[in-house]
Amino acid sequence: MYRYDEFDHAFVRERVAEFRDQVARRLSGELTEEQFKPLRLMNGVYLQLHAYMLRIAIPYGTLSSRQLRRLAHIGRVYDKGSGHFTTRQNLQFNWIKLADVPQILEELAGVEMHAIQTSGNCIRNVTADHFAGAAADEVADPRIYAEILRQWSSLHPEFSFLPRKFKLAVTAAPHDRAAVQVHDIGLHMKVNEKGERGFAVWVGGGQGRTPMVAKKVRDFLPEADLLSYCEAILRLYNLEGRRDNKYKARIKILVHEMGEEEVTRAIEAEFAQLQGKALTVPAPEIDRIAHYFALPALEALPARSEYYESARSLDPLLALFARRNVHAHKVPGYGIVTISLKPIGQPPGDATSEQMEAIADLAERFSSDEIRVSHEQNLVLPHVKLDDIPVVFAQLQKIGLGMPNAGFVTDIIACPGLDFCSLANARSIPIAQRLSKRFQDLDRQTQIGDLKIKISGCINACGHHHVGHIGVLGVDRKGEEFYQLTLGGSGDETCSIGEIVGPGFSSDQVVDAVETLVDTYLKLRTSPEEPFLSAYRRLGQAPFKEALYAR
Amino acid sequence: MPDDAPIFRDGTFHADAWTLIEDDAPLPPSGDIAVGKTRFLAEIQALRARNGSIGVVLNPGEDLDGIVEHLDRITLVALRFTKFSDGRPYSVARLLRDRHGYRGELRATGDVLRDQLVFLMRAGFDSLHVSHAGTREALRKGSVIAVRYHYQPASAEARETAGPVSPWRRRSF
Repeated sequence: MYRYDEFDHAFVRERVAEFRDQVARRLSGELTEEQFKPLRLMNGVYLQLHAYMLRIAIPYGTLSSRQLRRLAHIGRVYDKGSGHFTTRQNLQFNWIKLADVPQILEELAGVEMHAIQTSGNCIRNVTADHFAGAAADEVADPRIYAEILRQWSSLHPEFSFLPRKFKLAVTAAPHDRAAVQVHDIGLHMKVNEKGERGFAVWVGGGQGRTPMVAKKVRDFLPEADLLSYCEAILRLYNLEGRRDNKYKARIKILVHEMGEEEVTRAIEAEFAQLQGKALTVPAPEIDRIAHYFALPALEALPARSEYYESARSLDPLLALFARRNVHAHKVPGYGIVTISLKPIGQPPGDATSEQMEAIADLAERFSSDEIRVSHEQNLVLPHVKLDDIPVVFAQLQKIGLGMPNAGFVTDIIACPGLDFCSLANARSIPIAQRLSKRFQDLDRQTQIGDLKIKISGCINACGHHHVGHIGVLGVDRKGEEFYQLTLGGSGDETCSIGEIVGPGFSSDQVVDAVETLVDTYLKLRTSPEEPFLSAYRRLGQAPFKEALYAR
Repeated sequence: MPDDAPIFRDGTFHADAWTLIEDDAPLPPSGDIAVGKTRFLAEIQALRARNGSIGVVLNPGEDLDGIVEHLDRITLVALRFTKFSDGRPYSVARLLRDRHGYRGELRATGDVLRDQLVFLMRAGFDSLHVSHAGTREALRKGSVIAVRYHYQPASAEARETAGPVSPWRRRSF
């Protein structure tokens, strides 16, 4: 994984000193809250309902054991003994004192981490496929490009006061696990007929109150032009994006109002001026960065592990874990293990400091010292020998994280909601917890199969409800929490925005309503091989609507 | 220099050598004056006939159309930050420097705080109109704490050294 050199260390050290000075000036009253706000946001510090929240960047979701241990330590010392992994592959601490933040940043800098640009109207932490570098189906490691973008976008002098936040995601496998089409810029790497690498460039996707699937402005952008092209897009956005209304300020609105053709023309015109100049990414630089992401030294093993196979045949839970939580690795004899942070009845994405430390130990022993954070709020051990999966599974069970439910109906994404967030209209986490309990039976989850439920506590859609197969959106109706349901959303390469199915449900009714949708699907599917999303796309809304409202 | 000299340039505060002429005020017969874009476009001939240098002041959202062709006769472009969080002037500054080769004074006015200093300088500004007391004091004392390591080429290449290893790293010290 990427390692800081002296330059990177000095950069982060100076950023900590700068923020320490900014906090001191805020505490002394020299800076007003209005002046301080954009500064603290650019460093991941939010003022929430009960306390400050600090969001820490985990670039493209990659962590070492040492880094995860440091996060556990920070959770124990400065928070209440836990942390919350987010849908943007970051980690949030929800109970932080402002005066402690500079010290926390110093602790982070010691393990090559920071909180730079995890919020604010700037280019946010760049996300990538959480199986990057291990996935059998990738054409390259997308983290190489995510790291190049991370560096370029760090304290960019031109793009630090944008109309609104700006999110980039990179994927390099045909199956998009990074949801690139719902990002401001989505980069989908492919290899052309000449064997050269490049990107399909998607612009103007996003969720929030006006969800939109991105438009493809380039089918193949050579990798060398990555930064010039992104600079062209950002310059257009910085100059032309709306600043009169924060709800219309994302680039998706600019794309919508200018039209796909005109936006493409404007980007290409600016790019023509920038191409071939200082931002061209030379091949040796790509190689230099790629070197950091080289596959760790893995053993030459047979593709099939007899030990693993026999353990699976003896233990049905392990068999289920193997089916749901283990993905194909590019190296024979290895697997990618998803650690579900969705134990039944627990808040999605939460991990205690003890759990983080135990996972760090597992990564060190069994996964070449690497951990990933997925945008589905799970953790991943990317390089595990098939021979070791039974012991890893047993260890995960011991710390309460052995749930074999990856991609199942209980693998729910939820934003922090009204329990923490000052923007929320309704609680999200308790809905996730109740749904999880309702569907906790593993046989039933297995019968239902792939089903993504995503819950947001307000229209800002941090819980990604628009791309949930079943989306749940919390709204405020005359002081009471209500929940709208959307159906048919998807964040992958078949990206679609879910459609609202009808009037909302009260907190008491919403779990039953979701269950009705699931039962309707089970009744109507052509076979167990037809997943929920396919069935919905075939059937449309009508039968689901009828089941919900025709009672 | 009096304590209230407003213009920070080349490391110290200076008196403002420019007079900003409001849209409805008559043009003085001589002296260095700066005018808004509308007036500049409407009265370019009269401005050129005067004895004195020409400056133009742009508000956020005003582009360079109509200005670019006269840049060789303009010696001050002032970009106004009506609020700190409106970042459009950074892009205009970079276009002036990198695209149109403008080498005259490029001034940031309005809501200018020390926290923008590095961004401003890197975007090509070389002059700041500063009224914020804390910022003035920090600039005077040279006590602005900011990040001097950069990950991207920008518009202050002459004042920066290329960093090691990667082709676009820069240091501004």
